[in-house]
Amino acid sequence: MALPGEPATRRPWAILAAGLALALFPLLDSPFYLELITKVMILAIFAMSLDLLVGITGLVSLGHAAYFGIGAYVLALRTPRYDPASFWTTLPLAVGLSALAAFLVGIFVVRVKSTYFIMATLAFAQMFYFLFHDTEFGRGSDGITMNFKPAAAIGDLQVFDFGNPRTTYFVALGALALVLGFLRFLLGSPFGRALRGIKANEQRMRSLGFRTYHYKLASFTLAGALAGLAGYLSALQYGYVNPELLSWHQSGNVLLMVILGGPGTFTGAALGAFGFALLQEVFQAATLRWQLLLGATIVLLVLFVPGGLASLRARFRAALVGGPRP
Amino acid sequence: MSQPILATRGLTRRFGGLVAVGDVSLELHKGRLHALLGPNGAGKSTFINLLSGELEPSGGSITLRGEEISRWTPDRRSRAGLGRSYQRTSVFLDLTVHENCRLAAQSRLPRGWNVLQNAYASFSVREATQASLEAAGLPVHDLRLASALSHGERRQLEIAMVLATRPEVLLLDEPLAGMGSEEAIRIIELLRTLAPSHAILLVEHDMDAVFALADVITVMVNGQVLESGPPDQIRQSPAVRRAYLGDEEGHR
Ligand SMILES: Nc1ncnc2c1ncn2[C@@H]1O[C@H](COP(=O)(O)OP(=O)(O)OP(=O)(O)O)[C@@H](O)[C@H]1O
Ligand SMILES: [Mg+2]
Repeated sequence: MALPGEPATRRPWAILAAGLALALFPLLDSPFYLELITKVMILAIFAMSLDLLVGITGLVSLGHAAYFGIGAYVLALRTPRYDPASFWTTLPLAVGLSALAAFLVGIFVVRVKSTYFIMATLAFAQMFYFLFHDTEFGRGSDGITMNFKPAAAIGDLQVFDFGNPRTTYFVALGALALVLGFLRFLLGSPFGRALRGIKANEQRMRSLGFRTYHYKLASFTLAGALAGLAGYLSALQYGYVNPELLSWHQSGNVLLMVILGGPGTFTGAALGAFGFALLQEVFQAATLRWQLLLGATIVLLVLFVPGGLASLRARFRAALVGGPRP
Repeated sequence: MSQPILATRGLTRRFGGLVAVGDVSLELHKGRLHALLGPNGAGKSTFINLLSGELEPSGGSITLRGEEISRWTPDRRSRAGLGRSYQRTSVFLDLTVHENCRLAAQSRLPRGWNVLQNAYASFSVREATQASLEAAGLPVHDLRLASALSHGERRQLEIAMVLATRPEVLLLDEPLAGMGSEEAIRIIELLRTLAPSHAILLVEHDMDAVFALADVITVMVNGQVLESGPPDQIRQSPAVRRAYLGDEEGHR
């Protein structure tokens, strides 16, 4: 449905088809791919959370893995040695603490201009990295292995059995759908519109009366919360965390996913996560220098497909029927 | 005499050694169109930037309804009823024309934080958007990107956006510059209808428009006020003739 005053940009059919394919995928009964796609769906949530900053608000963060890592560590640190943690309490705690960390960092970083913003987010992320890497509390570079997956019980009823990889798969899929739905709805809300205005021209937004600092801080906090959700799910999937989750490699990779998919649409970021993982699998199987190859491929894609994977459909259509190019 | 809505006292702004605005005292009243004239580099845009909060003054005061506002941020001044347009068009190029105005109108929404509402749900925002687009002579459901507009249309959009915020004080920096004559006439008519209910500061090089519209004219040269008064006084002032009107061709 096109909104008045906006060209039709929504593609519900493509999204529904992708969702259906993902929902039916476990029928193939391939444990390896089930685990891989679970991981990629979680990364897609992570990438979409960054897209809220990069593609919507115009804030390019190179430290977004910090909030992913915090979400993951909350589960690991809250899991007792001889008991499972409660899913119902650790999940909100992980999301809440990631949001809090992003809020506190945001107070400082959203003030500064673009280049410095990149450096400031990176610096804070490094700080969190060393917080887990170099302290007793974070258990150092070895990380933490959890003896139990979280338990999601209501009374005596076990709602999710995370011992079963399919459960984790469907929980990740559900989270992906919810986050995507929420973010796309947010795009159409006054708040989302204001964020896009800030990306387009912050000074003008200020002279129109918007408290742009508050909007940017809210966006940064929300992005941190969603990254924390992804991190939590990732820790849940693997039962293991280490400081590399917060490293700048991880921050760089998720930024590449957003760029690969095409910033500003959320579905693009999700596509980017899938594309990135696919390329990674293919190159990893083919050569030891897969990182070089992956980097080169992304550079080429960015050069020749500026709108990212999300623009491919419109490009093909334009090539076929001569419609407008994106 | 009525209480001014916006007043400056000894307002000054220096850029290094250059005094771009020096000791300017001026009052804007509701129902009065105050024109600010001056040759290029006189400090007119700098003066507007001081009023809108985009520049900090080096000295002097700005009061809005008697309250000192010279330390307020631009957004706070906007919410208090100050609206400005830019000499160099500053619209959201990658948004549609309609969305440019809708965003401007949205700035008046009490709950701009709402993420659980559609941006088109607010009646007051829709109304302000349509009214301002109409007033500026643009199609009400204009779905072109602002980047696709002609220069003159962007100037119209610039004005529509200010109007959409429903300001009480209008600070307009050369709104007619770059517009076709038909659109210029339209905007002049618009200013005439706005004048009784607004306080307007109009910076404009178009002499015919200024003398047709203004209730008060202030002439600035090199950051200083040369003369201020009703149009007739300005027209007859020898100092103004010498400094400004005399070599009018040089500026337009
Ligand atoms: N940011 C700045 N830094 C340094 N000097 C500036 C700055 N902005 C303006 N100036 C100088 O201040 C003086 C006044 O400039 P201003 O733009 O206010 O003039 P103006 O009256 O609006 O001229 P015009 O009719 O050309 O728009 C000029 O000499 C200009 O070069
Ligand atoms: Mg100027």
